[in-house]
Amino acid sequence: MNSNRSKPHGLLAEFHTAADIFEAAMRCRDAGFTKWDVYTPFPIHGMDEAMGLRKSPVGWFTFCGGFTGFFTGMTMIWYMNKFDYPLVVGGKPLFTPLYAFPVSYEMTILLSAFGTLFGMFFLNQLPKFYNPLFKNERFKKSTDDRFFLCIEATDPKFGTDVTRTFLTEKCHAAVVELVED
Amino acid sequence: MASPGKSVAVKAPEPPAELVRESLVLNNRSLGWITNAIAGVCEKPMPIWWWPAFIVSVGGMLTMFSLIAYLVSTGVGVWGLNHPAAWAWDITNFVFWIGIGHAGTLISAVLFLLRQKWRTSVNRAAEAMTIFAVACAGIFPVFHTGRVWFALLPGYLLPAPNANAIWPQFRSPLLWDVFAVSTYGTVSLLFWYVGLIPDLATLRDRSKGVMRRFFYGLFSLGWTGSNRHWSNYEKAYLLLAGLSTPLVLSVHSIVSFDFAVSVVPGWHTTIFPPYFVAGAIFSGFGMVLTLLIPLRSLFKLEDIVTLRHVDLMCKVLLATGSIVGYAYGMEFFIAWYGGSPYELYAFKNRAFGPYWWSYWAMISCNVISPHFFWFKKLRTSVVFVWIVSIFVNIGMWFERFVIIVTSLHRDYLPSSWGYFTPSWVDIMTFVGSFGLFMTLFLLFIRFLPVIAISEVKGVTPQADPHHPLGGAKGHH
Repeated sequence: MNSNRSKPHGLLAEFHTAADIFEAAMRCRDAGFTKWDVYTPFPIHGMDEAMGLRKSPVGWFTFCGGFTGFFTGMTMIWYMNKFDYPLVVGGKPLFTPLYAFPVSYEMTILLSAFGTLFGMFFLNQLPKFYNPLFKNERFKKSTDDRFFLCIEATDPKFGTDVTRTFLTEKCHAAVVELVED
Repeated sequence: MASPGKSVAVKAPEPPAELVRESLVLNNRSLGWITNAIAGVCEKPMPIWWWPAFIVSVGGMLTMFSLIAYLVSTGVGVWGLNHPAAWAWDITNFVFWIGIGHAGTLISAVLFLLRQKWRTSVNRAAEAMTIFAVACAGIFPVFHTGRVWFALLPGYLLPAPNANAIWPQFRSPLLWDVFAVSTYGTVSLLFWYVGLIPDLATLRDRSKGVMRRFFYGLFSLGWTGSNRHWSNYEKAYLLLAGLSTPLVLSVHSIVSFDFAVSVVPGWHTTIFPPYFVAGAIFSGFGMVLTLLIPLRSLFKLEDIVTLRHVDLMCKVLLATGSIVGYAYGMEFFIAWYGGSPYELYAFKNRAFGPYWWSYWAMISCNVISPHFFWFKKLRTSVVFVWIVSIFVNIGMWFERFVIIVTSLHRDYLPSSWGYFTPSWVDIMTFVGSFGLFMTLFLLFIRFLPVIAISEVKGVTPQADPHHPLGGAKGHH
């Protein structure tokens, strides 16, 4: 690699149909690449299996949020209405989980939703405003009607010429090289 | 797992003709056409009608805010409510607006879990409507407290220590309501925003202007459409739908507890939670149709929001309207069957007392009007549907008025009976809340995609890698 040139980021292949990118993704998976991804305007059904991705772990964040929410609600109400300032209303018990349930239920949902959202952001490393992909003008079509596949230069199996041949000949795609600053 | 290389582009055998589903997007539109049609709405200058609509709406909104300032500076006496009807238009308006919100969450969450793919064309606008309706709803209970600074001070509604070291009283359904409504508003906003992220990225990639590029870029968070991201995104979306479903059912149940937990005749009934939830969905779908029918024709989106969508939403109106009608009948039956003279009187008074006109307005709008939708011809006549949807909105406002005011104005003691009439401030504040709602909705049309672009693309045949239109070569 010429040291005057900027650092290569990877090779970007462009596809016109969902079936083409689906096929290319299976070939990449089977060729053993690890640092690669497909970029599509909408989620393609079955693409996770075609890429060989594991199941998304977002649910654990949801669970932790919900668990925290429920127990925060119950503890808060117990602390406020029974422990810190016992409040007698109509001779009813100072604390029972029954009357504390509606608020704890809403807290469960609220914190589950925050857990889900921020868990998804954390796993996807969003927000991320710099991305070498954005420097490619064609890539703007990835949110419209084109499908892209990028194999990154950091992939151990990556070799600019070999990978380019793989993408053009095996996957029949138009390929461009991406660089980082 | 599929064996490498060989399993590609397998095409499923064609289903028999009677099982082939009509395409959700008409005229076989391409993916690019969908992007242009929807993103074009908020990219091109707004049509001429938008400006007068916007000016009138802002006028309404400012009227409402001025009248709220008048209320806060003068006292809650500027409204017509007084003993015995200490809740009147304020809580009627609150329940009316919060009910409207329910259709958005139902479409976005419940229909998502039920795999009703037609929801993709209407969910964005319905969710926006939800958030704006909750914003309108929140204003009334906050300001009906009169000295609003006490309500907003820590320790009264919000659990924070106050000067007397007393905490809020968690046995009260009114406090449950604070948590339910604020959770509902927040989760609806999160759900809406998550759905918007890929579409904001589309607008970012298409935008020419510096400002638009910056703001769409900022709020799309650097979204690329990476499948590794979609994988987590779809799971998060599914989970949010799963969370919103019990949420939407709980919110109007808790709103109904505000009444059902009391001992007022006409309120103290166990039918309230399901009856309120059905009514909320009924009114919400009414409002969705009121907004979407003009929107689809004004912006030429008839290929995406099709007659089939209108037809399906009318069926929801029919189903929920029938539940509401059943609940009205069952309330009367139980009032007689329960044997409480006060309860029976409350219901007789609703139908034949001084507020008879509100009761019969409610019955004619909510019980009669949905039954036109047994006929497909009427379900697919957009002008007719639009008119009926207005009647549904009116009827559901009257329902809340009937429940609240006719129950309160005559309860146990005839010596404390009274008659409520609204003041001009009541009326104009309510009218003004439509101004706030429409201002927010018109701004939404102006700046955000009114239909979920990526979700609509996802349900087209082109999106399916195993469909011929998705590019599948197919060996039979």
